[in-house]
Amino acid sequence: MRLEKCWFCSSTVYPGHGIQFVRNDAKIFRFCRSKCHKNFKMKRNPRKVKWTKAYRRLHGKDMTQDSTFEFERKRNRPERYDRNLAENTLKAIKKIDKIRVAREERHHKLRMKGKKAKEQKEAAIELEQGIHLVKAPSVLAQDQSLTLPKIKVKVQAQAEENQAMEE
Amino acid sequence: MVQYNFKKITVVPNGKDIVDIILSRTQRQTPTVVHKGYSITRLRQFYMRKVKYTQQNFFEKLSTIIDEFPRLDDIHPFYGDLLHVLYNKDHYKLALGQINTARNLISKIAKDYVKLLKYGDSLYRCKSLKVAALGRMCTVVKRIGPSLAYLEQIRQHMARLPSIDPNTRTILICGYPNVGKSSFMNKITRADVDVQPYAFTTKSLFVGHTDYKYLRYQVIDTPGILDRPFEDRNIIEMCSITALAHLRSAVLFFLDISGSCGYSIAQQAALFHSIKSLFMNKPLIIVCNKTDLQSLDGISEEDKKLVMEMKAEAMKTVMGQGGEVGDDEGVLLTMSTLNEEGVAAVKNAACERLLNQRVELKMKTKKINDCLNRFHVAIPKPRDQKERPPCIPQAVLEAKAKQAAEKERRKTEKDLEDENGGAGVYSASLKKNYILANEEWKDDVMPEILDGHNVYDFVDPDILLRLEELEREEGLREEEEEDDDFEMDGKELTPEEKEALAEIRKKKSLLIQQHRIKKSTAESRPSVPRKFDKDKKFTTKRMGRQLSSLGLDPSMAIDRARSKSRGRKRERSVDRGDKDNGDAMDMDMDQPNKKLRLRSMSRPRSRSRSRPPSEVAPGEGFKDSAQKVKAIKLGKKSVKKRNKDARRGEADRVIPTLKPKHLFSGKRSIGKTDRR
Repeated sequence: MRLEKCWFCSSTVYPGHGIQFVRNDAKIFRFCRSKCHKNFKMKRNPRKVKWTKAYRRLHGKDMTQDSTFEFERKRNRPERYDRNLAENTLKAIKKIDKIRVAREERHHKLRMKGKKAKEQKEAAIELEQGIHLVKAPSVLAQDQSLTLPKIKVKVQAQAEENQAMEE
Repeated sequence: MVQYNFKKITVVPNGKDIVDIILSRTQRQTPTVVHKGYSITRLRQFYMRKVKYTQQNFFEKLSTIIDEFPRLDDIHPFYGDLLHVLYNKDHYKLALGQINTARNLISKIAKDYVKLLKYGDSLYRCKSLKVAALGRMCTVVKRIGPSLAYLEQIRQHMARLPSIDPNTRTILICGYPNVGKSSFMNKITRADVDVQPYAFTTKSLFVGHTDYKYLRYQVIDTPGILDRPFEDRNIIEMCSITALAHLRSAVLFFLDISGSCGYSIAQQAALFHSIKSLFMNKPLIIVCNKTDLQSLDGISEEDKKLVMEMKAEAMKTVMGQGGEVGDDEGVLLTMSTLNEEGVAAVKNAACERLLNQRVELKMKTKKINDCLNRFHVAIPKPRDQKERPPCIPQAVLEAKAKQAAEKERRKTEKDLEDENGGAGVYSASLKKNYILANEEWKDDVMPEILDGHNVYDFVDPDILLRLEELEREEGLREEEEEDDDFEMDGKELTPEEKEALAEIRKKKSLLIQQHRIKKSTAESRPSVPRKFDKDKKFTTKRMGRQLSSLGLDPSMAIDRARSKSRGRKRERSVDRGDKDNGDAMDMDMDQPNKKLRLRSMSRPRSRSRSRPPSEVAPGEGFKDSAQKVKAIKLGKKSVKKRNKDARRGEADRVIPTLKPKHLFSGKRSIGKTDRR
């Protein structure tokens, strides 16, 4: 029993899921679900379809080369069973996973660096340019700050009521 | 092959079918068109052809039937008798004879009518002659309908008769019902005859084949025979009698010594003696069956005597063939089909005896010399007295001995399985013979999948080393990370500013939405002037709200708006030239649904007044307004009745031509014309 990778989106295909297509030249295409299968039938290139791993790797959204990927490699010759080796492997898998996840996060952070500054700049410009939609120019002339205007409410009737109550 | 294979007879159709087939064939295969204008010779020819054609077809069809059915005298007497037993020779011959007569009758009819047709003088007369001819032929065939049906039944039954070759080596099994003949047959051949506890389970002859000394033997199983006078026998028994009488075979007479068939040995012996005349010249073996229930030595004295008598009779047949004197072993045999002891011995004895007899007979004929002349067995003459036995190398002998020993000693997995409870209970341990560094690991179960990874992909002898390296790397990198983890905070907006920004964005998106709606409905949206404001979007309240949200005081704007709109209850005395009466107005003009009041005294809209209907414009041709009013009244009156009756007027739509020709006539070049 093996977990395979979907040819289109590169997600794992668990046993009992998906479809396998064998072409006349004996190349096997595995799909995790009908979405990928249908996209394949439409002859779409996964490198151009935004949500696939192939696109993300190609366009630098996800980490491409890393030493953690080299631990996982399809081995065709089985090793003789060794209990210690098996234990070590199982423990190693978990650690490698953790490291890999950490590295991916780092990559993402690096990618998103500078976004905050840019956003702030843009917000400031937008605020300055669009303030006329929420604040009348005359009011702006009086009150230079770029905030919402204060609405004057008629207080006379209320003051009278208050007085009545107090008495 | 007609001798014993009746499967090739064509199907006999029933009378009606023959008539239908031949008449339709005549219809199709002869010319059909004829007019009364043709010359008379042509007409006569036309109808004569039809009559002759029909007659020929009938002739052919009936001939095939007659020829294909076998003549009982021409086939082997065994089959002749068998068919007679089953179908009654006379009936059979009668049916075929009837068909023959029908055939001749049809030929005669055709001849007569053709002769008459030669003198037919009109189309109608020729036609009726032809109709009469065909009709008579068909009646003839219809009359032989029952014979045809009978022949069809016979044909079906004949096709299912067992194909017995009367000339080859045959072994016949006979005896009382239920003695075990069919079971014996099942044992020595591949036949699968019904074996049941009731008598007459086997109702007809069954054939099986068995081999002995590289030769094929036919084994025929017969239905049981009861001890009755010849005339009283039924069809089933007659089948076996026929077989006994005609086939040159070895006979196995079965005796049930346990009596479980329901008949005593005495009865069976009586039967034997009554049919022993049929055993002339046939090697006879008496077989005592069902020895598992009762052995031959355990029966009573009288029964033993009877059996010995039968044996003596059987010996006579041996003697009659000139066989060996001391051969009483091959005459009386015991066996049990249930536990299969003695079955093979019986078969071998029967085959052997039959073979010997046939060989002897052949030797006596002249043909044998031809055969003998043709082959010659060469036997090398010994050169000297030296013994030359076959030479087998020692190694081969040893290996053979060892193999034999090993076969007995080695315990296979299958034996292990059987010991531990069989296939469903015990499942073999596949890991038993694993070669591992530590024996305890043999039963370990290693997981194949962990956290979405295949474990086998990670298995590597140096995995620990590499993992260490990796962790070291990671440690280094983390240190570096901590150094440059700052992000310039820059200019952050204050919360109020954030609020303002949010409002701005909301407003922008609203505008965009509205614009999109407007754009998409532009074509189907009516452009209505503002005073028909259905959604009540243009109210002062709204305006006031919007202005105040912008931070302005709306009260002045509202007043101004109200003053500029039309007044509802205004006195007529107010002068029109006053533009500036916005402040004075405090009538509520917010109801957009006001009817268009024509005469508005307020001026702000600056609209010119329309002319009242009674005012005379110069150039119209009226003397004064009274005349104009009257004229208008008259005009209206003339139209009033017609309008009230809802009749069509001058302005109503008129269709000048209700059915223009170009729409209601003509063919279409493509398409259908079922709608106009």
